[in-house]
Amino acid sequence: MDRCIGCHSCSLACARVVHKCLSWENAGIRILSSGGLSTGFLAKVCLACNPAPCAAACPTGSLKQRKGGGVSQLKKLCIQCGKCVAACPVDAIAQDRQNRPYVCIQCGNCVEFCPHDCLEMVEVEA
Amino acid sequence: MISQTFRILEVDLSSGRSTIRSIPGVATYIGGSGLAAKLHLDYARPELAWDDPAQPLIFTIGPLTGYFPLMSKTVCAFTSPLHGQYAESHAGGRSALALRFAGLDALVIIGRSERPTVLHLGANIIELMDAGYLWGKDALATGKLLRSILKGSGHRTIMRIGAAGENKSAMACINVDTYRHFGRLGGGGVMGAKHLKAIVVEGNNSLEQPEGKEYPALYKDICRRLTDTDMMRKYHNLGTASNLEALNELKALPWRNLQATSDPGIEGITGERFADDTLLRNAACAGCPVGCIHIGFVREKFHRDNRYIYRQVGYDYEPIFATGSMLGLTQAPEVLTVMDEVEKAGLDVMSGGVALAWATEALEKGVVTTEQTGIDLRFGDVQGYLKAVHLLAGAENEFWKILAMGTMAAANHYGGADFACVLGQEMAGYATGEVFYVAQSLGLRHSHLDTGAYSYDQSSAPKDVDKALAFLLEDERDRVILTSMVACLFARKVYDPETLRQCLTVLGGTDLAENLEEAGTFLQKLRWQARAAGGFDPMAVKIPKRFMEVSTWKGQADPEYMESLRLAYARAIVEMSRREE
Repeated sequence: MDRCIGCHSCSLACARVVHKCLSWENAGIRILSSGGLSTGFLAKVCLACNPAPCAAACPTGSLKQRKGGGVSQLKKLCIQCGKCVAACPVDAIAQDRQNRPYVCIQCGNCVEFCPHDCLEMVEVEA
Repeated sequence: MISQTFRILEVDLSSGRSTIRSIPGVATYIGGSGLAAKLHLDYARPELAWDDPAQPLIFTIGPLTGYFPLMSKTVCAFTSPLHGQYAESHAGGRSALALRFAGLDALVIIGRSERPTVLHLGANIIELMDAGYLWGKDALATGKLLRSILKGSGHRTIMRIGAAGENKSAMACINVDTYRHFGRLGGGGVMGAKHLKAIVVEGNNSLEQPEGKEYPALYKDICRRLTDTDMMRKYHNLGTASNLEALNELKALPWRNLQATSDPGIEGITGERFADDTLLRNAACAGCPVGCIHIGFVREKFHRDNRYIYRQVGYDYEPIFATGSMLGLTQAPEVLTVMDEVEKAGLDVMSGGVALAWATEALEKGVVTTEQTGIDLRFGDVQGYLKAVHLLAGAENEFWKILAMGTMAAANHYGGADFACVLGQEMAGYATGEVFYVAQSLGLRHSHLDTGAYSYDQSSAPKDVDKALAFLLEDERDRVILTSMVACLFARKVYDPETLRQCLTVLGGTDLAENLEEAGTFLQKLRWQARAAGGFDPMAVKIPKRFMEVSTWKGQADPEYMESLRLAYARAIVEMSRREE
């Protein structure tokens, strides 16, 4: 991520390809400056916790632990309670104005849109 | 998705009230440049002074903003403090996407706040915040303070002014997200006149996108064309700074107030020199994978016990020309240091650099005295320029106050118009010949980006007035379409008319896609009508003598050819400016 230029291509790709909307916020990866543009950029993205506190906090099973880390999401089970957002230790789950959560599902769709190879898709043993 | 109507937020700083307006005509006015001209015609009051509270400050984006890569620019329109007429200035950063995700096609600000104010906007936010404590703060400090005061890091734009804007300078820019600017024609002065220190826009909403696979597939294809080919290498490799060596080699780089067009001092300020010695990293406008922003660093020893501070300064060709070769500065760190002060002061770097170059020659020639300037300036002396930047932005005495209203205003007052490097406004860095001199002098924005005239000069085109005129008119129209979308012009080769039509169609803008050529022709005229409404007389435009004296690789400019082209383009502008009943 040290190479990030702040173009938001990853967030836009996640919103476009995974969540079917135009957004730089409703995405499983979000970019912000690390304290102003003169200090470079940070990505807020899932660290693939195992066990994942967000899945543990989800009361309906909308977020489920994935083998190998991270979570899968069943949107129709979500009641927009925000428990997952509060549970995430690295603030990687975004919530829109309707309280719907957006979390990385480790799909890798964003990777090809990063012009500086900041992102990488890695297979892990489940 | 493309609607039939524009969603426009009008904020009245005098009353503190806002209105959301829905205006039809997307297939006619497109957005960006076209919408800006329409709104200026609707709102501006040509009979009143540029700084009258009634005059609007307008920001527009386009139908493709955010939906496709490099559709990442915002158009800012206003009545210019430089000429009292319609003006456009374009910038990127996060401004365009922030407006998109705030749900606006345009923001129109009228009125004047009694006290210094920050306008804070978002999809569900409209608030005016007292900003007395920010007035007098430089543009960088203002940005830092607002970042900590307001939430929304990463997904917002912070547009603010420095001392130049507060002092209503015609050379005041609006600093956008630290490294980008609405640079030219004094937009910062318009904010200053409104007591508007900053505009913060949070892009805190999301929007619908077309169903199906066609849109993501088209996005991917355009993204590939922009990033997989060598087309963009120039912009992300050395960046526009690569032009320095090329133009110096050609004898087309203005040196020391355009007393020369080539100099061995180029060694210290080439694109390679900046990259090798100073380039810290790159950055991008939101929605652009190219990342053309080049950030150099310079460190400064402030105490003999090895105590240093370091500055990060965004550089490009134009700022290096304006604060480097034009001022005779030939060391990259010195140039970056001057640029950093310009940035803090909120000056347009091109106008500021060219104005200081004129002041230096005026002092050399005795046209003005050090008693008047309060400082001695010499080409190559960085210390003088570091101080002069703040004298100019602060309009510190009568001389600097007059110069702040434009180099030609100062030359008309003190003398020295022959060597004022002014082509409508202070020149851009292209001493390429007759077509460029005419194009910038008469261009709607007086910008090197109105048309590709500097490239035309460098081609093997014959000295043929009809051919040059046809090029200017056609290129202007093509660019009006792009700047109405609003595309970064670096992407102009990818966004050809057919690609634009595909993009518009996939977003549901079939009417506009089918009307694209007609809309372009209509908007080219509409912008000139907006300019003419303020009293622009293209026939009266003059090109200073310095441009005839200087030699390029082609020798001196041909005065007959230049005059014929000037008259032909001026007549064409008069024709386009006529409002049809």
